[in-house]
Amino acid sequence: MLCDRCGQRQATVHLTEITNGHKNETHLCQVCAGEIQPQGFGFAPQLNLHHFLAGLLNHELGGANYSQQQAAGEKCTKCGIAEGQVVKQGLLGCGDCYTLFEDKMQSLLRRIHGNTRHTGKVPERTGGSARLAKEIEKLKSQLKEAVGREEFERAAQFRDAIRDLEKTLEEGAGTDGN
Amino acid sequence: MAIKEIVNRSHSHWMDAAGEDPDVVISSRVRVARNLAGIPFPHLLNKERSGEVIQALRLALKNTDAAELLGNLELCELNELTPLERQILVDKHLISPDFSNNTGAGAVVLRDDEVVSIMINEEDHLRIQCLLPGLNLKEAWAIIDRIDDGLEKTLDYAFSEKLGYLTSCPTNVGTGMRASVMLHLPALKLTKQLYGVLNAISKLSLTVRGLYGEGTEALGDLYQISNQVTLGLSEEEIINNLISSTRQILSQEKAARQALYQNSPEAVRDRVCRAYGALKYARIMSSEEAMRLISDLRLGVALNIIPGPGVSLLNELMVKIRPAFLRKISGQEMSPPERKVYRAGLIREELGSVPC
Repeated sequence: MLCDRCGQRQATVHLTEITNGHKNETHLCQVCAGEIQPQGFGFAPQLNLHHFLAGLLNHELGGANYSQQQAAGEKCTKCGIAEGQVVKQGLLGCGDCYTLFEDKMQSLLRRIHGNTRHTGKVPERTGGSARLAKEIEKLKSQLKEAVGREEFERAAQFRDAIRDLEKTLEEGAGTDGN
Repeated sequence: MAIKEIVNRSHSHWMDAAGEDPDVVISSRVRVARNLAGIPFPHLLNKERSGEVIQALRLALKNTDAAELLGNLELCELNELTPLERQILVDKHLISPDFSNNTGAGAVVLRDDEVVSIMINEEDHLRIQCLLPGLNLKEAWAIIDRIDDGLEKTLDYAFSEKLGYLTSCPTNVGTGMRASVMLHLPALKLTKQLYGVLNAISKLSLTVRGLYGEGTEALGDLYQISNQVTLGLSEEEIINNLISSTRQILSQEKAARQALYQNSPEAVRDRVCRAYGALKYARIMSSEEAMRLISDLRLGVALNIIPGPGVSLLNELMVKIRPAFLRKISGQEMSPPERKVYRAGLIREELGSVPC
C-alpha cells in the first residue's frame, strides 16, 4: 500500500480516527507521518505519568476544574502549594501536603497501590514511635500465632513484651511532645 | 577526580556478567526515594534552596559516625560536568535522562565502582540507587539499606507512620522503592511468546518496558521489569515478588532458547554467525543495527554456538557504541554518517578482527 499523502513510499503508519462514530482511516509512510505529527495530528499520545496522575487527582479532589487556575483551592501552610497546582502537576509540594490532602489522597493511593498503609522500613532515628509501633504489630501477630498453636507459655511472653513496648511508646510520646 | 574517571571509562561493574543467570539477567537495580523533612520537594525549590539540600548531603557524607555504613562516596554538582559527561552517566544508567538536564540545582553522588549513585534534587530530594550485575536484588537492597541508614544519621527524612517515606509523586510513597531487572529476551521475542509473558507480568503489578527505543519494539531485545506498588508492601516483599517473576521469565527464555536451537539449529547458527561476521567486518554501522547484531551474538554466546567474545564485553559494547561514548573516545564532534563509520571501526577493534 502506498502512502496517502505522497503516493510514493510504502505506507507503514496506519491511523484510524473515530469521530462521532464515523471511522476514517489514513495510511502514511514514515516520512510523511513524521512531517504531519507536529501539526497536532492525534497520534503519538505520549501519556506522561504526571499528566495521567494529574487527571486522576483532578477527579479525586472533587472534580473541580483547576486547569485554568493554578492558585485555586486550599493552600499548604508549609510549602505554599495550592490544590490547583497539585492537581495540575500531579506532584505534591512537601511532606506536610500529605497531611493536608490526606482524606482526598486516600482513594487515589488505594487506586495506585491497592493500599493506604506503609508496612516497610521505618527510619531508625526519625522513625521514633513508628518503629515501636511496627514492632508491636509484629509481636501481636506472633502472639496470635502462638495462641493458635496453643503455645500459651510463648504467648504470655509475647503479651508481656507487647505491654513493655506499649508502655515505652506512651512514655516516648510524652517526651516527643516537649 | 573520581567522577571524571568514571565518565572516561566505558566499563561499569553492572556489565560484569556476574551473579545469578547473567546470560539473561544483565543487571539488577534498586532505588529508593527520600526527602528531607521541612523542605519543599525539588520542583518548588529555587536555586538557593536546592543548594541547601546539596549542602545537607555534603554534611551527611562527612558524618564520621556513618563512615562505615556509607563507604567512599563522592559528590559532584551537575554543572561541574559537561553535557557529554552527563550523557555518559545516563548511558551507564547512573542518572536519569531528565535529571541530566537539571544543571541548575542537581548534584550526583557516586561510589567509585559505580554500584551506588545518588541523584540529588531529581523529582525527590534523594534518589539512592544500587546497580549490580546478574539477578542480585537482595544484595542491592542490602547495600541501599546501609547507605540509607548512614545518611539518616544526619538527615531528617520526611516520614509518616501511616504513609511511610513521603515523595513528591504519590506513585512512590511508602517504601519509595523501585526495584528492576534488565533482561535480554531474544528467544521469547523470536518465538513470539514475549507478548503473552509480558501481559501476564503486567497483571502482577509489575511494569515492563523496552530499555531503548520507544513503543513496543525494544532495541537489542532488552526489557526492564519493575515493581509498580510502593505502599503496603515491605521492601523484602517487593523484592521477592520481582525475583520470583524474574525467575519465571528467565526459565521461559532459557526453554525458548533451547527449543529454538533444537528445532532449527542451522537457522540459529546462521543468524548468530551472520551477526558475528557483520560486527567483525562491517564498515558502516548504525546503533540500531549494532544493537540488533549484538543481541544475536549474545544469544549465540549463551548457547555456546561460538566460544567468544565474553558476555561482559558485549554488555559494555551496548553502552560504548552509543553516540556519547563514541564522541568521548574519538575526542571530536562527528556527523551521523561519520559516526557510523567510527562505530563500525570501534566494534571491529573490540572484537579483535583482522584488519581488512
